[in-house]
Amino acid sequence: MKRSELLSRILVITGIILAIGAPLYFWTSTPLIHARMAENGGWSPDVIQAEVGQPLHIKLTSDDVVHGFAVGQMDMARVDILPGKVTDVTLTFDKPGIYTFFCTRWCGLNHWRMRGTIEVSGSSSDPEPASVPLYVTLDLDIDVPHESPVIPSSQPSAISGQNLVTDSIDQSTDYYRANSPYQVFDELNNTSLSEAQRWDVVAYIWQSNTTPDSLANGKQLYAQNCAACHGENGAGDGVFAADLALAGEESMQSMSGAENLMMQTPIDFTDLQRMLGASPALLQGKILRGGMGTGMPMWGVIFTEEQIWDLIAYIYSFQFEYPK
Amino acid sequence: MAKIELTRNPLIKNALKSRYPQLAVFVVMLAGYIFAILAGLIGTPVGSHNFSIVFVWIAWWAILILVAVPFFGRGWCAVCPIPLPGEWLQRGAILAPPDKKPKWLNLRVPKIFRNIWLQNISFLLLALFSSVLLTTPNITGIVLAAMLFAAIGLSTIFERRAFCRYLCPVGGFIGLYSQTAPIELRIKDKQICVTCDGKPCYNGSQAGYGCPWDVFPGGLTKNTYCGLCMECIRTCPHDNIAVNLRPFSADLAKPSTRMDEAFKAFIMLGSAMIYAGVLLGPWGAFKDAAYNVGTSAWFIYAVIFLAIIFVILPGFFTLGILKTKNTLPLKQRFASLATALIPLGLMFWVAFSLSFVLTNASYIIAALSDPLGLGWNLFGTANAAWQPMLTSVLAPAQTLALVGGLIWSARTAQKAANEAKVSSIPVIVYCFATTSIMLWLLL
Repeated sequence: MKRSELLSRILVITGIILAIGAPLYFWTSTPLIHARMAENGGWSPDVIQAEVGQPLHIKLTSDDVVHGFAVGQMDMARVDILPGKVTDVTLTFDKPGIYTFFCTRWCGLNHWRMRGTIEVSGSSSDPEPASVPLYVTLDLDIDVPHESPVIPSSQPSAISGQNLVTDSIDQSTDYYRANSPYQVFDELNNTSLSEAQRWDVVAYIWQSNTTPDSLANGKQLYAQNCAACHGENGAGDGVFAADLALAGEESMQSMSGAENLMMQTPIDFTDLQRMLGASPALLQGKILRGGMGTGMPMWGVIFTEEQIWDLIAYIYSFQFEYPK
Repeated sequence: MAKIELTRNPLIKNALKSRYPQLAVFVVMLAGYIFAILAGLIGTPVGSHNFSIVFVWIAWWAILILVAVPFFGRGWCAVCPIPLPGEWLQRGAILAPPDKKPKWLNLRVPKIFRNIWLQNISFLLLALFSSVLLTTPNITGIVLAAMLFAAIGLSTIFERRAFCRYLCPVGGFIGLYSQTAPIELRIKDKQICVTCDGKPCYNGSQAGYGCPWDVFPGGLTKNTYCGLCMECIRTCPHDNIAVNLRPFSADLAKPSTRMDEAFKAFIMLGSAMIYAGVLLGPWGAFKDAAYNVGTSAWFIYAVIFLAIIFVILPGFFTLGILKTKNTLPLKQRFASLATALIPLGLMFWVAFSLSFVLTNASYIIAALSDPLGLGWNLFGTANAAWQPMLTSVLAPAQTLALVGGLIWSARTAQKAANEAKVSSIPVIVYCFATTSIMLWLLL
């Protein structure tokens, strides 16, 4: 073989090897976590391993629309994941356990199904026993209706209630959390207050068990995580509501409805019968555990206990008038 | 304007005669092509950030339709990497002279396929799936790989570049439009070719290979099927091959009478108009239909697409020329007068491409630094924001291209009509009507 032929073959083969080898090498040495809409597979991979105390560097990319990333019960800023772009995140865990990461952008109807887990191994110097949620302690059946038989004729006002409340009325947090507004209203029937005044006192008890900061925090959590379905004003009319109802109807009409993505119209928080019959403990159960087949996701792995109480306090602000 | 022989310049002549400059370009092109296949298959599925989509459908397409075809004709074919692996395999060498005995089957392509109908079909196949192809990296990767393997396969069965000549979906229209380009490869003196022993430019010799495009350079009168591979410059023992600079659309003075080429003109004209409407127009339902391949809406889109190209556009054209009194049969008049649609179609494509190329060119800058969407930043431009370019000149440039195309095609129509001894008015009216529709679609 002539030298020129040999050299040109070497040149061509080198070019081909570089064209194949270089991208393959970089591709295999750059593991990415792909975010896709839940209908297209959600997170991939959806299980990540980490070590306590060791920084976990991850690279996130979106294969379709804008997604977001955050880890539940962790103090971290949410990051956006843009299509075709790579977002670097470094996380350090100080306790072992299974953490849930989730999408923080309303990417589609099944946005809330975009979840994955980070399995953090290692030992902790300060193991915390898990606490039993209040709705379990109270043995509340959170799947049956708890409706208020009566509803106020006008919006109960915490401002008016403040002037009517007396020391003999229980205003403690334990009492507030375990009882629905209607139960407290009912227990006030041995007082000389009118019905409207009793509702005002209930509103005051609810307000006194929260703070402006908690309400603000609850409002933010609500806007980020709940408003897509339940609506900005709690009326069950979020941007996904109509599609959720439609998807729910379609899944019920199909033979495999139960296995499909079951959904229904989101709950209306401005429905007085429902909300005044629901205790904070009941709402805590709903949020912690989710709606079991209704399309309401479980938030227990994402929100801290404090965040859930803040959220509940905010949800009641759709019924009660609080001082601005 | 007289022709200027570029190969008189020793620098140009030596650069074309030597195999090394072309080989260097081939290696880069082939590596880039393979990289595009891999990027499509393993890179981000987001088209606007994947090398395969950005460099093939934006960068390459822009260079091809705005520069290479109008100014260099088949200039792209001269450096295209698709036939190379097959051709090297066929020859058993990259540079070395060919063996006397062929290594593979070396069959002649059957006569029935020796036209551009297969290229018309392959282009239409891609065109019907183009919404998905142009936006989905892995589909682009698969199609690029399929073309490479098809070229290799055909090289082992048939002689010369059967893929380029008869199947390549791009080669068909490049050939058609290359007739308008101001570059040509021609012989200098016909008499030398007539008396030339063995015709090494067609049959090959120790100096090089016989024409890979199955063309005898001595008979070249049009650019359509000359791939500008420059092999004949290397094999001609009489230094009788020249590359000339010539006036635009010189080849169109002698209109073709082939139906496959006439329909190619309609396919290109029609698809530019359909794309302008579907891809750039405000009609969401058309876009959805084009994108959702396999659905009933897509089938309706495909039927309309084919009907426009094969029935409506040629139908109106035929009606227009039906009454022109002439001794030539209608079929021949049809093919001959369709020559006027060649510059028109080219300028339709220029105007359409300007729109999406200028809109999307900024993706090239970002994809250059992060071709696979892995988060690299090779040249510090990975985070360059999407920014439509030269928006203020877009509409004037498109108008200029379309009006210029209309004048150019009217001029071509007059020449073709003179040749066929018929009136050019129906064809000019037809060109005016289609240009008006295109202007309305684009502006």
